[in-house]
Order: sequence, then C-alpha cells, then structure tokens
Amino acid sequence: MDLFNFKMPEQFIIMNNPLIIGAWISIILASVGIVFFVTKYKKWGYLWREWFTTVDHKKIGVMYILAALLMLFRGGFDAILMRTQLALPDMKVLDAQHYNEIFTTHGTIMILFMAMPFIIGLMNVGVPLQIGARDVAFPVLNAVSFWLFFVGAMVFNLSFVIGGSPDAGWTNYVPLSGSELTPGVGINYYLWGLQIAGIGTLATGINFFVTILKMRAPGMTLLRMPMFTWSTLVTSVIIIFAFPVLTITLALLTFDRLFGAHFFTIDAGGMPMMWANLFWIWGHPEVYIVILPAFGIFSDVISTFARKRLFGYHAMVISMVAISGLSFVVWVHHFFTMGNGPWINSIFSITTMLIAVPTGVKVFNWLFTMYKGRIETPAPMLWSLAFIPNFLIGGVTGVMLASAPADYQYHNSYFLVSHFHYVLIGGTVFGCMAGLYYWWPKIFDFKLNERISKWAFWIFIVGFNVCFLPMYLVGLQGMPRRIYTYKAEMGWTMWNFVQTIGAYLMGIGFILIVWAIIYSIRHEKRDRSGDPWHGRTLEWAIPSPPPHYNFSRMPSRITSADPYWDAKKRGESMFDENEPLKPIHMPNNDGMPIVMSGFMFIAGFGFVFEWLLIAFIGLLGVIGTMVWRSFKDYDADHYVQVEEIERDQAELQASLEGRS
Amino acid sequence: MSEQQHASAKHHVIGFALSLVLTFVALFLVINTPLSAGLKLTAIIILAIFQMLVQLVYFMHVTEGSKVYQIISISYGLFVAVCIVAGSIWLMLLNGMEG
Repeated sequence: MDLFNFKMPEQFIIMNNPLIIGAWISIILASVGIVFFVTKYKKWGYLWREWFTTVDHKKIGVMYILAALLMLFRGGFDAILMRTQLALPDMKVLDAQHYNEIFTTHGTIMILFMAMPFIIGLMNVGVPLQIGARDVAFPVLNAVSFWLFFVGAMVFNLSFVIGGSPDAGWTNYVPLSGSELTPGVGINYYLWGLQIAGIGTLATGINFFVTILKMRAPGMTLLRMPMFTWSTLVTSVIIIFAFPVLTITLALLTFDRLFGAHFFTIDAGGMPMMWANLFWIWGHPEVYIVILPAFGIFSDVISTFARKRLFGYHAMVISMVAISGLSFVVWVHHFFTMGNGPWINSIFSITTMLIAVPTGVKVFNWLFTMYKGRIETPAPMLWSLAFIPNFLIGGVTGVMLASAPADYQYHNSYFLVSHFHYVLIGGTVFGCMAGLYYWWPKIFDFKLNERISKWAFWIFIVGFNVCFLPMYLVGLQGMPRRIYTYKAEMGWTMWNFVQTIGAYLMGIGFILIVWAIIYSIRHEKRDRSGDPWHGRTLEWAIPSPPPHYNFSRMPSRITSADPYWDAKKRGESMFDENEPLKPIHMPNNDGMPIVMSGFMFIAGFGFVFEWLLIAFIGLLGVIGTMVWRSFKDYDADHYVQVEEIERDQAELQASLEGRS
Repeated sequence: MSEQQHASAKHHVIGFALSLVLTFVALFLVINTPLSAGLKLTAIIILAIFQMLVQLVYFMHVTEGSKVYQIISISYGLFVAVCIVAGSIWLMLLNGMEG
C-alpha cells in the first residue's frame, strides 16, 4: 500500500470519440448554465434550505424520481446507441470496446440508478401518507440514503468522460473483471458506484421497515395497510437481507483489484465462480426488490380505477411473503450452465418454477378485482392494464428458462435478453409510470396532461413490443447477447432492423412523457382539494400538496383497508374536526447528509483511481461528519405551532374557494 | 425523549468498542501468529460468532421490544444465512461434479 502513489490511468480525460466529445460539451454547457441561472436568480439559498438539507420524505421522494428520470434518459440513450449499431449487419456506429462499455453502463444504470431510485422515490412519496405518518422513522437517515445514492450515481456516470467506463457487463463476472484481464479504472468505477449507492439502499430498507412497523396511525393494523405499503414492507425485508451480500461481494473484489487479494482469482486458491454465486445471491432478491413495489402500485391503482375493493387481499399478502422467501433460494438459475451437478440444477429449477405460483395468484387477483368493476382508463390505469399481458409474456418465458436442460439452449441468447426486458420494463417501468401518474396530483396540485400522456403511452407500448418480441425470435435463431455486430449471412437482419424501429418508438414515448410533464407544469388546471382520482386510501384524504407535516390532525376512523373510500360512503371525514389542533413534533433540516456524501464522493473517486491518500481523506471526512452529527443531536427537532397549522388551513380554504 | 438518547449512547459506545476489539483480534491472529491455517480458521469463526452476538445485543436491541417480532426476524435471518452459507458450500465444493 503506497499512500502517495498517484498513478495515472492510460487516459484520464476521455476524448477519443465524437460522441464523448459531444457529451463533454453538453455536460460543460449544462453545468455552466445551471450555475449561471441559479446565481442570477439568487436561488442558492432556496436550494440549500428547501432541497439540499431537507429531511421531508416528500421532497426526498421528488429528488429520487427526478434523478431516476435523468438516469432513464442516460440508460435509454445507451440503448438507442446499441440498437443503432445493431440495426444492420456490419454497422460502424460503435466499435467493440465502446459497445462493451455501453451495454455494461446500460444494465447497471437501468437497474441500480433508474429502477431503484424510481421505486424508492415512490415509496418515499406514498408510504408515510398511506399509513398516516408525519415522516419516516429516521428522517435524517433518509436524506443520507438519497445523497449516498446520488453520489454513487455521479461516481458511476463520471466514468465515461474521466478514465473510462466499466466494460465487463452489469454482472461484472470474474476473471474478466479481475485486475489481470481488465486493468484500469473502469471496473473500479463499477465497484465504488454500486458500493456507495448500495449503502444508501440498505439504510432505506431499514428506514421503511421501522416506519411501517412503528409509525402507523391509530386503527391502521397490519392487515388494513394499502397493498403498496405491504409491498414496501416485504421489499424492505428483502433489502435488509440481500444488500449486505452486495456490500461484501464488492468489497472482496475491491481487495482483489486494489490490494492483491485472491478471493476470485484463478490462481492462489481463489474461486472465480464464487463471484457469480455471491453476485446472484444478492442479484436475484434485487430483481424482486424492484418488482414487488410495482405489484403494490398496480394493486392500488387497479382497485381505485375499477372502483372495487382489491380481490383477495390476504392472498396478495401471503403471495408476497412467499415470493420474499423464494427470492433467496433460486439464485443458481442465473448460471445453470456453469458446471453444476444434476442435483443442484434440478433443485434450483424446481424452486424457480415455484415462483410462478404466488405470481400467478396475484395476476388472477388483479383480473378478479377488475371483473364487474366500473373500469376507467386514465394514464395510471392504462399502464397497469398494459402490465398484465406484457408481464405475462415475460413470466411464461421465465418458466421456460427455469428448466435447466432447456436453459442450455436459451442461455446467453437474445431469448433471455427479451425475457428480462419483458419483466423489468413490463413490470417495473410500467409500475413506476403508473405510480408517477397516480401520485403526481398528490405531490403537486395538478394532474399530468391526459391527451399527451395517452399518446406517450401508446407509442411506448407499441414500440416496446416491436422492439422486444422479435428478440425472442432472433434468440431462438441463435443470436447471442452482447455481440457488437453480425454478418448478413446469419439471417438476423430483418428482425434486428424491426427491433431498432421499436427502440426509437420507445425513445419518442419517453420524450412525450417528459413533454407531458413540462406542458402540465405550465398549463394544467390547479386543484388543491386532494382527491383527484376518487381514491380509497388515506393519502387522498389530505390536501395536494400536503403540508410538510402531512396531517394537521391524526386520522381517527380507520376501520378497513379502504378507509377513505368507506368514510366517503358513510359521508364522514377521516378526521375529527372537533379535536383541538396540537403542536406537531417534526425533525429539523440537516446539512450533514449532503456534506457526508460529499466526502464519500472524494473517497469513492480516490479508490477508483487507487489514489489512497485521497480515498482515506474522504473516509476520514465521512467518519468525522458522523461523529460531529452524533454530538449535535440535541437540536434535531422542533414543534410546528398551532398558529402555523391554522394559517396553512386558512390558506388552503382560500385556494379551494377561489377555485369554485 | 432526549433522556432516552443519552442513556443509549453509552450502550452504543461499548458495542462499538467491543466490535472493533473483536475485529482487530481476528486480524492480529491471522497476520502475526504462527498458528496453523485450521486453527486460525477456527479462531476466526468463534470470533465471528461473538461479533454477531455483540451486533445483535448492542445495536439490534435483541433483548428489548416485542418477542414476536424478534422471533420472526431472527428465524428469517437464520433461514437466509443457512441458504447462503450451506448453498454456497454445496455449490462450490460438493456439487456432484468432482468425479
């Protein structure tokens, strides 16, 4: 270990490609532009007070979702580049190395820096409001989670302009990702981007687990919780048990690469396959972490827009708990072909197929919820309706892949690529879109424009199927994944060209979604009354946007899993208006999370370039801010006075009367 | 509520110190003692079990709170741990492909 060895990678500033030079120019222009306008309009103070130091779960949720949309753009742009390169045989848009980097960053960003923050953002927005809490259990830790995720994403995204991107796939298998076959900083970026963001996610899991168990309003028993809250509880448990495995696995490979250890090397007693083993012990639960909350969103959205109670509430809960247990006993199906004995492959085939049972139960529950319902189809319901058939295609091909002997044929082909895009896009992305449209008029005081959103939905959904259905076919024709070009004689040209058209349609769909957001911010009708969808659960009983303390009085009449719907039917309010207002105990804003994460960025950057002095300075800063925070714990909270609550209520009343 | 926080700070510091001691003892045993690999391994595993107990008692408050939650979470934790450890040993060492 040499603290003062500041070795330089082959290329520090990457400038070897017109695309990357373009990226440099846009990054510099965007940064200068942002700094200029924030300074010109004197918004630094506002940003610091209202956003950078906030511990309000709603604002943290908004920041998560904003970051996720940015990452969806980045990962989607990667996808467009790949599909352009593969549109025709022998294309020269990307060379082999650049293609390797782009499929690696596409996968990693879409899972870790798009799906995860999107899901966690929606949890932040939805869960405390659904259970009648005024914030999460550990508000400062929640901000730490966000800023660690943000710093992890920044470290990872820096790779393509400084030092070079990782290029060993999002699964980062050794020995390819070991220091012998892939020296340089790319893989270190992968290790530290994920490590930092992963710690944030683990904290989120603990936070929501405690929030849901300890902070429910009176009357909100476990079996009266909305299904999204249930899915968040189950997801939190999976996070708590799965993410430490990722932390350790990444740390072990870091020791191999930086300090010459031999956990995963071929020589000196290392076990390369152990990486695949540990990676998927985390990786399989991880895919359920991103799908279960989507299931929860669909359950809430479908019962809202079918105007019916959710069919089979208990079956939904039991099936999610079953899925959480099964998620830890199926990981080997990701490497059936790595040379396991027949017993191992047989057992893991069976456990994998078992997952179809609870998932099938859920699909039937959604269908029966809609049966004889008065179905309406605004944007959130459209995404939910599209989810069922598309996810089914992904699920059924999943059962095909679960059969180990058959997997020897499908393995590493486009059949597999299509399968996991059908479950991840058809499940998670559709779920995030449904959740975004559903809770948007709760976070803000307006809906997203219906007409643009429907165009966006249809173009995206058609593009998605045009892009991914043909992948099953070229997969069965033998096209392997992760190849950067192919010859015309292979006979894959037509379907590849069709796929590229589909990918571009999905891109147009994304642009329209962004346009719907921009258009609606400027033109959509404002309404603060808070129940735009005729909702069933607690979050719709408070105004939009809710005051920062969420509930001016605690809800007092929770008697079922659809408390607000039932109260409306009885003609009652959820709140006892005669109860006098009381001061509300709330957490203070805190600058520690962003400062600590800043030090974490320095540490991550130091470790990526193996500049240990800088890395240790960063780590000391992290520990120092934590110690400092532990001594200033005494001014962590304040009371919102009754006068402020009354002022907020009067203001709301004025805005509601102005509307009518 | 501040009083509660003060009372548990000492608890946390003891737990932190104990976990550090256990970690450095393990490091010392491996780097600076002439024991055989088998003995070192046994020592590390025993220290790891103590480490786990320290974590459970001092940071995860296993002795406090509702019994039902404790039993459910500990059993789920054991289930996951057994799956990971036994599964990995089965997969990596006893996978039926040696012969």
